[in-house]
Order: sequence, then C-alpha cells, then structure tokens
Amino acid sequence: MSAAPAKTMAEKAAEYGLKPDEYELIVKRLNREPNDVELGVFSVMWSEHCSYKSSRKHLGKFPTKGPKVICGPGENAGVIDIGDGQACIFKMESHNHPSYIEPYQGAATGVGGIMRDVFTMGARPVALLNALRFGDPSHPKTKRLVSGVVAGIGGYGNCVGVPTVAGETNFHRGYDGNILVNAMCVGLADADKIFYSAAPAAGLTVVYFGSKTGRDGIHGATMASAEFSEDAEEKRPTVQVGDPFAEKLLIEATLELMASGAVAAIQDMGAAGLTSSSVEMAGKGGVGIELDLDAVPQREEGMTAYEMMLSESQERMLAILKPGRERDGHAIFEKWGLDAAIIGVTTDTGHLVLRHKGETVADVPLAPLFDDAPLYDRPWVAPKAQPRLTAADVAAPTDWKAAILKLMSCPDMASKRWLWEQYDRHVMADTLEDSATGADAGIVRVHGTRKALAVTSDVTPRYVQNDPYEGGKQAVAEAWRNLTAVGAEPIAITDNLNFGNPERPEIMGQIVRAIEGMAEACAALDFPVVSGNVSLYNETNGAAIPPTPTVGGVGLIADYAKRADFSNLKPGETLVLIGATEGELGASMYLREVLGREDGAPPPVDLALERKTGDLVRSLIDSGITRTVHDLSDGGLVAAAVEMALASGVGVALGVQGGLADHALFFGEDQARYLIAVPSDELDTIDAKAAEAGVDYLVVGEAGGDEVSLVGQDGPLAAIQLDELRAAHEGWMPAFMGEPA
Amino acid sequence: MKAAVIVFPGSNCDRDCKVAIERSTGAAVDMVWHGDTALPAGIDLIVLPGGFSYGDYLRCGAMAALSPIMAEVKAAAERGVATVGICNGFQVLCEAGLLPGALLRNEKLKYVCKPVELEVTNSQTRFTAGYQGRRLATMTVGNGEGNFFADDATLDRLEGEGQVVFRYRDNPNGSARDIAGIINAKGNVLGMMPHPDRAFEAELGSADGAILFQSALASA
Repeated sequence: MSAAPAKTMAEKAAEYGLKPDEYELIVKRLNREPNDVELGVFSVMWSEHCSYKSSRKHLGKFPTKGPKVICGPGENAGVIDIGDGQACIFKMESHNHPSYIEPYQGAATGVGGIMRDVFTMGARPVALLNALRFGDPSHPKTKRLVSGVVAGIGGYGNCVGVPTVAGETNFHRGYDGNILVNAMCVGLADADKIFYSAAPAAGLTVVYFGSKTGRDGIHGATMASAEFSEDAEEKRPTVQVGDPFAEKLLIEATLELMASGAVAAIQDMGAAGLTSSSVEMAGKGGVGIELDLDAVPQREEGMTAYEMMLSESQERMLAILKPGRERDGHAIFEKWGLDAAIIGVTTDTGHLVLRHKGETVADVPLAPLFDDAPLYDRPWVAPKAQPRLTAADVAAPTDWKAAILKLMSCPDMASKRWLWEQYDRHVMADTLEDSATGADAGIVRVHGTRKALAVTSDVTPRYVQNDPYEGGKQAVAEAWRNLTAVGAEPIAITDNLNFGNPERPEIMGQIVRAIEGMAEACAALDFPVVSGNVSLYNETNGAAIPPTPTVGGVGLIADYAKRADFSNLKPGETLVLIGATEGELGASMYLREVLGREDGAPPPVDLALERKTGDLVRSLIDSGITRTVHDLSDGGLVAAAVEMALASGVGVALGVQGGLADHALFFGEDQARYLIAVPSDELDTIDAKAAEAGVDYLVVGEAGGDEVSLVGQDGPLAAIQLDELRAAHEGWMPAFMGEPA
Repeated sequence: MKAAVIVFPGSNCDRDCKVAIERSTGAAVDMVWHGDTALPAGIDLIVLPGGFSYGDYLRCGAMAALSPIMAEVKAAAERGVATVGICNGFQVLCEAGLLPGALLRNEKLKYVCKPVELEVTNSQTRFTAGYQGRRLATMTVGNGEGNFFADDATLDRLEGEGQVVFRYRDNPNGSARDIAGIINAKGNVLGMMPHPDRAFEAELGSADGAILFQSALASA
C-alpha cells in the first residue's frame, strides 16, 4: 500500500468548508498560499456561523436603534436602558447541530455560551430561556433527544445558578433530522459599566483566563455551517464539553476583574475559540495582535498551533488589560482557582501574528479576516402563497369535547411540566413568574428594586412555513403581545434565525421574506433588534427544517405589583376578548391537530391594530382594571380560556352570539387579541376605554364552577370537567417520556 | 444579631440567604469565604447555602465538607451556635458528620424544582418555634440529590427524638419517611432540602421561610 499523496492547500480548504472561489480570494488577499494554521483561521472566520456571509445583506433591514438602545448588534450581546442608571444585556443563540449530535453536552454548552456572551459585557446573568424544536414524537430519536437536551440545559443552568424562567417547545416531523436548541440569557449591569470587545490601543497586554485549552470542539463553527447526512454522529468530536462549575467561577472572577478597573476590553472564546476572540478584539479596535501560543494553558500535551487556534474548549475568556494593571487579575484568578496567563500583546501592525515553539506559524492581515469576509447576495425566489381559508373551507368538529381534549393534549399544546420541573426557576430569589405560574412571559425582579424584567421567546414555525413574511411579522408581534399581556413595556428583541441551506433559492426566499416581515413589525412596534444569531444549513439529506426565526423579547415593568398573569381568575368574573375576531383558521392548531391539515395562509398581522390593542391592554393592567390577562395564540379562544381555567382552578362558561361560525370563533387564531377577566361592574369602563382606543371587544363568558363549557349559535357544544382537561393537558408529556404523571 | 453565610466555590444561593436573612430579620450578614480559617466574632447564626459546591463532581457536599472554614463551623456548632444547611448546605452538613444520613439521587433520577407543602413536625425547636399553631409551610425545592437516606435505626431515632422537623406532604424525591429537614440531637444544627431562602416574602409565592430565620435569630 502506498501512502496517500499529500493534500494540496486547495484540497484542505475544501475539507475545512471553504468554496474554491473563497480559497482563491484568500490567496489573492495574502498574495501567497496560506499555511495550514492560516487556512484554519480563515476557514472559521469565513464560515457562515462567524461571517454571516449569506444573511448579512438582509440583516441590515432590521431597525436596531431606539431611545432605549445602548448597544445594538455587533457586540457580544445587545444592551438596553432600563432607567435609574441600569442596563439589561441579552442575546439568544443556537446550538442546533451540536445538540443533535450529542444532546446533553450540545444543549449544556449552548447555555454556557450564551451566558458568557452576556457576562462578557459586564452583566450578571439573571434569567435564562430556551426555545426547543424536536422532531415528531414518534420518530425513534425524539425521546432520547428531548431527554438529553433537557438534562443538559438543566445540568448547566442549575449549577451556575441562573433561573430558567420561560421557554417554548414544539414537535414536528420537519425537525426529525435537525432539532433546534436556542438558548437566551438576560443579564443586568450598571449602564456606565458596560464592557466592550474592541482593543483600544497597541501595546496592551492580552490575558487568557478560565479553563485550559483542549482538543474539543475543533472546527465546531465549520460543522455548524454545513448540512448533515446520515453520518452526523461521526461529528461527535466537534462537540464541546461543558463544565458549569468552571463557568460559575468564571462569572464571579470576570465580574470581580471588571470591578477592579483593570479591564480595557474583553471577549469570551465562543465559536472559533481563540481565533475569533483575538481577531474580533484586534479587528474592532483597528490594531494588530500577536499571540505566544506556548503560553496558552493547555489541557493536553503536544497540541499544535492549529488545534489551539481552532479549539472550542469551553469556559475561556480573553481580556486586554489597561497599562500597568497587568498583575491585578492575579489574586482574583487565584481566589477562584482559574488558569490564567499573559499570552500576547496588541500591536500596530494590523496583523494577526502567532508564534509557537520559536517559530512564526501565522502572519496574516486582520482586515480580510475581520471585515472583508465574503458577502453573498444569494438568489432567492418568493415563497408560494397559500390561499386564505374561510370557515367554509374548514370542517367544524363533529365531537367538540373530543376536539378540545385533543387540542389541549397535542404535543405542542400539552403542558411541558415534565421538562421545566427539571430547571431551577427560583435561584436568585427574584422570580415572580415562570413556566409554572401561568403567565405569558417570565418575570424576574431587578434585584433590590420595584422594577421587573419580562422575558419571552416566540415564533410560530407553521405560520412562517406557509407565509414567511406574515410569519416573520407574527413572531415579533407575539413576543410584543406576550410582554404586554403581563403588563410590561416591550423594549427590544434578540433574534435567532434558524433556516435550511441558503444556497437553495427557495430557502433563501424564506430567509429574505421572514427578515422583511420581522423588520416591518419591529419598526411598527418600536421594538428594535439589539442582538442576534443566524443558524443556516439546518438540513439533513436535503430536507430543510420549517423556517424558524425565533424572537426573544424583553420588556420592563416599572412596578412589579402592577403585573398581570392568568392564574388568578375568580368565580363570577366576566371574560372579555379584547381585539377583533374574523375567524382565521389557516395554518391553525385546530386545522393541524384535529383535521390533520397544514395548509392555508396564516392569520395576517395588522401592526397598527396590534399596537393600539396592546396599548389598551397595558393601560387596563396599569390602572388595575384587570390583572388577569392571557394572549390568544395557538388554539385561539378555547385554548386561552382552558389555560386560564386550569391555571386558576376555576371553570369558565363561554358563550358568544355573533355572526361567525362556531369553530371559526372558538378556534380561529386572529392576531392582536387578549382574553381578560374583570368584575362585571367594570364592563362600562371597558366599553369606554375600548371605544376611546378604537379597539373592538366582545364579552365572551363568565368564570365559575368546575368545568369549561361552550355554547354556540345553536346551543351547547361541549362541557368538560377541569379534572378531565387537566389530565389530558398534563398527561401527554410524562406518558410520552414513559413516566407516570 | 449577626449571621454568617459561608461561600464555597460553586455556592449559588449565598446571596439569596443573605438577602432572606436581612429582609426577614434585619440582622447583619457577613459573607465568609470557604478558605478563611476563622468566623467573624459574635455570630449567632451560620448558614451553609445551596448551590453546587465544587460542581458536585464528587459526592454532593463531600469536597466542601473539607474546606478550611468547616473546622470553625464544626467548633461553633459544638459550642451551640445555631447552624442551618439548606439544600447543598444540608449535604455538606451530612458529609461533615454534623448531621446523620445522606442525600441520594432523587428517586426519578432527575433534578426537580417545584413548590412543596411541608408539615412542621416539630415546632419546639429553636428554628421552628415561630411556626407554632400552624402546621404547614410552603417552600420550593430545587435539587437532583435530595433523597434523604439513613438506616432504619437512625430514622427511628430521628423520629422518636423529635429530630424530624419538616416532612413533605407529597414527597418530590423519594426521601425516606418523607423527611425534608432534620436537626441534630442537641437541637442547634438544622439541615433541610427546601429553600426558606426563596420563600421570604409573599411576592415569591410564600413568606413561610422568613419564620425560620426569625426563629433562629430570636433564640440566639
């Protein structure tokens, strides 16, 4: 057997995920062929994950500024002003590919990574959320993936000690080969103590601290930028391993180091590890950087320069210290038992220079790496429009009780208690509302004040699938609505755009139109994008996921005593539906779960109506007219009423006289609607305030008893005991996971 | 009145304990680093907080039980200073030999976070005197290894001597005889899995935990 011929650099480039023309561009920029280390550095910096080369052109459409925006996209996380000299820092990020390959570690390191993005900027993390999409429950891998991902999220977040307060979980066969794990972290900082990543000058010391560098996660960013085939599991070595204990120590040490005044710039080592952190810090600062790789704390012997630069070992930070303050960190790192080393210096060369074992192993200009990455204007085709459905196009249930029970126990609607009981939702002792309490958003107090942050994560992939533009609008509007429903002033969002292969025009069409829809909603609702993440190539064997642009929203409650939830419904209260109902059944939960159809145009979002309806509801909460509010979304009026009844332990009698067909009224998913409860003597006030705001409303029922009953145009439709509804709603997930409820 | 909260690497309820004690009793609270070799003077209450000391990578609490400050905590406990271990702190107290028994993995092998209703089975202790007249208290648990275990003789003795202080009404983790919290024979060391430090004011869902801190410091 003869030895295989040595690979050419061009062949290696293809192996590292670079296209032939991208390799040509590197050669042109360097005026020579890169060496192996340099090629590795280029390949990760130019990966889709790090360079946003397919989406960058369209991301510019998002509104990113506003009176409360302190720092928009481009930094580790977004920063907003929450008054009194305080800032909220937040971001959402995907860990999709790693979580499919190795669910526990993939999800755990997703949580760890997003926390680092937030505390890197000077914030103490105070809340975590997650948006999870799994394949069909009957798919042989789904149960194992759910179990591993949930254990991983809990295992990491619980240990670090940040409460996981909200999230969403969907199941659909479209995610069979590509699950989505989107994690969001929200933190608090003083507005005048925000830390950024740009190196401010040449000649400053570069310090590495945290865990040692090992051979894990090499080329993780490249893996996250490619499609899967059946051999996905073979990529397991590219998945990182998390150490939440190290993360906890890292948070405390980082915040202490910042408080000491020694930090000039700081960045965590996330995707593409030491490469992206050093390139971004120097690139943003317009300086050069020189690293001595022999000084890098290493977990294994004999690591090469290539391995060290490409490793995605977790829980590591890179800081640039102020002149004369180089030794300040020593006592802090020692106290917290962290590895630390001076590994380099900023320079005025504009180059990234790497030295290892007495040799210069890389010397490349930063500009092409940092801000001259390829930018693609990929061809796209407009998504095919689906017809709008009328009530006549959609069959009414033959058995209303069975239909309601089926809806409330379907995988997407069923209680996710099984999973969120594995998350510590109360550590930090500031959680007011979480997944367990029956509210449209998680709420945590701003420690030591009367203020509170409301947080939510939203997208309805079946809407985006059938109309990316309206679906994009809806994702933003629903986040805004959920914050409004708890009484918060919505401030800004982070987004996590999960799509298939952008090189396919129909997928690119989904990306472009979804972004345009989201951007329009952000603009109309004054709800700017302050941070985000793009995850493309979510495909296996050519099958793409449903387009899933997840929106993470943050709002502020000025006085947390004036907040709303839907767990305090009282017998005798009147239920009022705020907003207009036309009976939109296209792409509805009823259509899919009861009739087995996934067609139809999703409900359109009238953004002006959304805004005035939400403003009305917020004012009703603020003035104390109601404190029991639930937004209408999946499953329409029936689902909202059932959820309110179950959370409160009080029955609900719904009966509406109107021109609409019963099933359109009860199951329609028209947007910009809320179900509120008020004492009957407040109805006149509601009438006056709604008229003043120009918003429709409808009295739809009364609270009391121990069943949910529906009366339609021609008499009673169904009456179901709360116990029976609860058993159906709570029972699905434990049964699916093979446990007694 | 003065309390000390011990901070181990990986403690994550240290601030919660400090705030809970301050808000429910007005006492001053010193944070004491695990590596210290002396407790501040005049301490009336020592709290070992929840969290994942040393990542719980060995047995929960096993490493923390060997921290330098623990020699001082043991000496103070022997002198009769009120000492409370909550969640991970309970595990540390068991590993340190200040309380009998051990905390095993939960019966369902999963972390569990939920509000639990507790029966105050002995309101004659210095930690529970304030619960007199009310048999129930609500707090939350958040643990993966909260399943209390001891041999039958020990359990019989704990029950017989009134050392079982809190019992779950609906056992969340498989604890022997539904035990949620115990005290030592002398009555000055309490270990419990539920979190009074997350139940010190009504906005948090319950203020029942405040009574525990008030009782502990009132008895000092």
